[in-house]
Amino acid sequence: MQYLEGRKYVVQALFLVVALVFGTRLFYIQVLDGSYKLAADRNTLQRIVQVPYRGLIYDRNGQLLVQNTPVYDLMVVPREVKQLDTLRFSQLLQLPIEEIRVSLRAARAYSRVKASPLVQNLSTPELAAIQDNLIDFPGFSIKARMARSYKTENMAHALGYVGAITPAFLEKPKYAKYFPGDNLGITGLESFYESTLMGRRGVQYRMVNVRGIEKGAFRGGEFDTLSIAGQDLHTSIDIELQKYGELLMQGKRGSIVALDPKTGEILALVSAPMYEPSILTGKGMGNRYMELLNNPERPLFNRPLMATYPPGSVFKMVNELVALQMGVVTPETGFDCNWKLVRCTHRHEAPRNLTIAIKQSCNPYFYQVMRASVLRGRSTNRFEDARLGLGEWRRQVMSFGLGDKLGVDMASEKKGLIPSPDFYDKRYGYHRWGYKTVYSLSIGQGEIGITGLQMANVMATIANRGYYYTPHFVRGIGQGGPLPEYAQRHVTTVDPRYFATVIPGMQAVVDGRGGTGNFASLAQFGISVAGKTGTVQNPHGEDHATFAAFAPAEDPKIAIAVFIENAGFGGTSAAPLASLMIEKYLRGKVVRKNWEYWVQGSADKFIKRR
Amino acid sequence: MALPARYSRSLDWVTVAIYVLMVGLGWISVYAASYSPEAPAGGLFSGLGFQELMAFNWFKQILWIGTAVVLIVVLVVIDYKAYDTFAFVLYGIMIVLLIVTPFIARPIAGSRSWLELGPIRLQPAEFAKFITALAVSRFMAGINLRQQNFRDQMVLAGLTLLPPLLIIAANETGQALVFAAFLLAYFREGMSPLILIILAAAGAILILALLVPKLWLIGAFTVILVLVFAINTKVLRHHLPLALSVWAVVIGMVFGVDFFFNNVLQPHQRKRIEVLINPSADPLGVGWNVTQSKIAIGSGGLVGKGFLQGTQTKFDFVPEQSTDFIFCTVGEEWGWAGTTVVILLFMALLARVLYVAERQKSVFGRTYGYCVASILFFHFAINVGMTIGLAPVVGIPLPLFSYGGSSLWSFTTLLFILLAIDAYRKQDLVR
Repeated sequence: MQYLEGRKYVVQALFLVVALVFGTRLFYIQVLDGSYKLAADRNTLQRIVQVPYRGLIYDRNGQLLVQNTPVYDLMVVPREVKQLDTLRFSQLLQLPIEEIRVSLRAARAYSRVKASPLVQNLSTPELAAIQDNLIDFPGFSIKARMARSYKTENMAHALGYVGAITPAFLEKPKYAKYFPGDNLGITGLESFYESTLMGRRGVQYRMVNVRGIEKGAFRGGEFDTLSIAGQDLHTSIDIELQKYGELLMQGKRGSIVALDPKTGEILALVSAPMYEPSILTGKGMGNRYMELLNNPERPLFNRPLMATYPPGSVFKMVNELVALQMGVVTPETGFDCNWKLVRCTHRHEAPRNLTIAIKQSCNPYFYQVMRASVLRGRSTNRFEDARLGLGEWRRQVMSFGLGDKLGVDMASEKKGLIPSPDFYDKRYGYHRWGYKTVYSLSIGQGEIGITGLQMANVMATIANRGYYYTPHFVRGIGQGGPLPEYAQRHVTTVDPRYFATVIPGMQAVVDGRGGTGNFASLAQFGISVAGKTGTVQNPHGEDHATFAAFAPAEDPKIAIAVFIENAGFGGTSAAPLASLMIEKYLRGKVVRKNWEYWVQGSADKFIKRR
Repeated sequence: MALPARYSRSLDWVTVAIYVLMVGLGWISVYAASYSPEAPAGGLFSGLGFQELMAFNWFKQILWIGTAVVLIVVLVVIDYKAYDTFAFVLYGIMIVLLIVTPFIARPIAGSRSWLELGPIRLQPAEFAKFITALAVSRFMAGINLRQQNFRDQMVLAGLTLLPPLLIIAANETGQALVFAAFLLAYFREGMSPLILIILAAAGAILILALLVPKLWLIGAFTVILVLVFAINTKVLRHHLPLALSVWAVVIGMVFGVDFFFNNVLQPHQRKRIEVLINPSADPLGVGWNVTQSKIAIGSGGLVGKGFLQGTQTKFDFVPEQSTDFIFCTVGEEWGWAGTTVVILLFMALLARVLYVAERQKSVFGRTYGYCVASILFFHFAINVGMTIGLAPVVGIPLPLFSYGGSSLWSFTTLLFILLAIDAYRKQDLVR
């Protein structure tokens, strides 16, 4: 029996081995291998994202511009699609069969069991047409969500648009909180104020059982967050003025920027050619976007912020102000209209003082003004003298907010260019250039580049006699009042008393006899407009017309810059257009219908055929 | 219920203590498994009526435990000689029951194996285990297995195989497999270890044939065989026909696996083996049970999610969680600490049962003791093994833990007959 007695140890050993194997295996899957914990969470945790209601956008008078309306996505679960009658389906959706096939293939490639959108952004009437028939098409369903809709046909450039986030965006850390298919503001205010408008996404973690039925909040909702609706934007845009500006710019290329000089608020921002904001929303948005993008007139280009042009004669004001501050000229200084220095625009009375010079926009006069500012004898070397002089001149010019971003609340703003001595060093070589090289800056031509917004801001600065507030679109967010970042004055290097001396000249431009901007006169309403015309030489075609002004001259309420491409002399087209805008804003209506008629239409009509 | 003093002295209280501990922990697990966070009204002190409480497994389990206590008293009070004397009679009754059950039983979950007596449902297959154990022990007491009397061996084989065959006929393959456990008891009583080795080897070849390409397997086996005989040429001379026949049988098995797999096994059984080898083979079918069971246990961590805090078990990801997959609730809510305690309890019980078996003077008592240990071990190994992906999914309960009256009564009877026999061992003189 000894032999059999030993067998009990074999049995015991077997039991022990199995227990050890189990213990080890359990230790591995329970303690060492974390993947089971993740799998358990994947099983039971369902993450429900609540997309908040996007903030609304209002104009300065509380008129609603942008709102949200429900749109519907037609979703498809490819696995559940049974014997699709493609012909009937395409008739129902009013989409070509081929397009449906392509979309279906894409959906199948994404997932056979998960729902993906087949057609997005169906409007309520479009939905009504297909909803009742949807029962014949298993695998298709409707998902509602909110999309942007527009109560205005204007202001597309400033408003920007909302679109689905692209894969490229998703990779950036800034957009870490977004998921594929999420919408976000792509351009304009929608983009700049994205975080404000979007609100805060709510996330709820629900526990679900094996059939996907909710079994309550995860850990009592410890990790849940409520969605917070986006905040409304109260813009400073006067939508009536904006609409009027767009009407006047119809058929032209160019821009209008109107500011309230007392606050820096942007009253109107017109970029022509324009498009309706509703084009970039709803079904077929992608195709329409591509049409806009490929349009040779470049309607998507936000000209007032992005197009930099030489400012032309308007810049003479800045030139003069800097020279006054430097003390190299006085308002009584006279220069002769010497055509040998630079060609003048036209024959006119002698610029005996500043006011006449401004009124006549005398090129040789301002050539000499700038020469006085730049060539101060700081160095015996005339090249070095010009170099040092231009540096100092540029510093003062830039204090008007030129040559750099103003900091408007829109991302696409361009800097413009006020060329530095280094700029010319690079182009011509050190000490290889003098005042004769750069003189065209004095009349706003040459290497200088300014945006429409900057030009309007210069007008606001002159209107304020020496300071400006950062131009901005948004005066208040939600219930909040004025934004503090826009309450700060930016003071120029030029003393306020010098500003007072240039304004009579600008008034004379408009209301003085023989002034270049007589077409902008609002004297019949007792409104004194202070302005300056400009004609920008354009090597590629007809000159560009500009006019910048503010009014009323004694208590300015609006500063405006109008830029019309290829419209020739600024006084003919831009000046009356600006005056119509001023009339509209200050009087609420326009009674000078003849001017309205004159201004409307394409830029060609202003060109004198010779 | 007071037992006579002589019982209390001679009853093996250590086993009783382990039993009580396991049944208690088992009930807690059943309570956790049948607890629903949305219907806390199902709690113990909810003031519900009897009928309403009967809807909850944990409450019914209290009734089963209560009746099990009565059963224990009866089992211990019965004259120990009765188990010996009536072993074959009980066996006969059981065979008849197993035969008639498929004809009179209503189909439940695909098998006609449940007898319904009013509100109580009984599974004769559960009781077949201890009755067969009694019968084979009785038979073993009269023969000497080592003398290799062919007729006796055949009778023993017949006694052991008849109940599982009948059970398989009733489509309860899992319960039938348990009878393989008797081999362990026979081994202890002198059965040639060759049988165990051959069976283990056959199992290993079967699994390997599914895992490894067949030609590799045959090649490897041939190389080993050649090496063995090359080292010891003397053996080759004496056993060449044996070696060749073994080689032929193995090759036959390797190629027969496909036939066995595809033609003998039922589809669901085939799936269970496939899933064991590759759990992702059938992720939403049979693989689901294994995957979800592993997730539930694996997510428990070191100390678990806490009592009633399991999510995988609560939200029905694990099927059959209060019966066959009760180990998942333990693993998820009490973590590795809990599963280790359960394994240690089983080891303690098995060790104690072996100890009790070894101290029996009679072959009957010792064989029965080993049958008890083997049956408990088989259930434990297969049940826990399947929940952690080490054994195929076989529908057998975890002894004393799983919910169910038949199961609890069957294991209680199995265990306490041994304790009753043990209590009288001093009176049991040599037969």
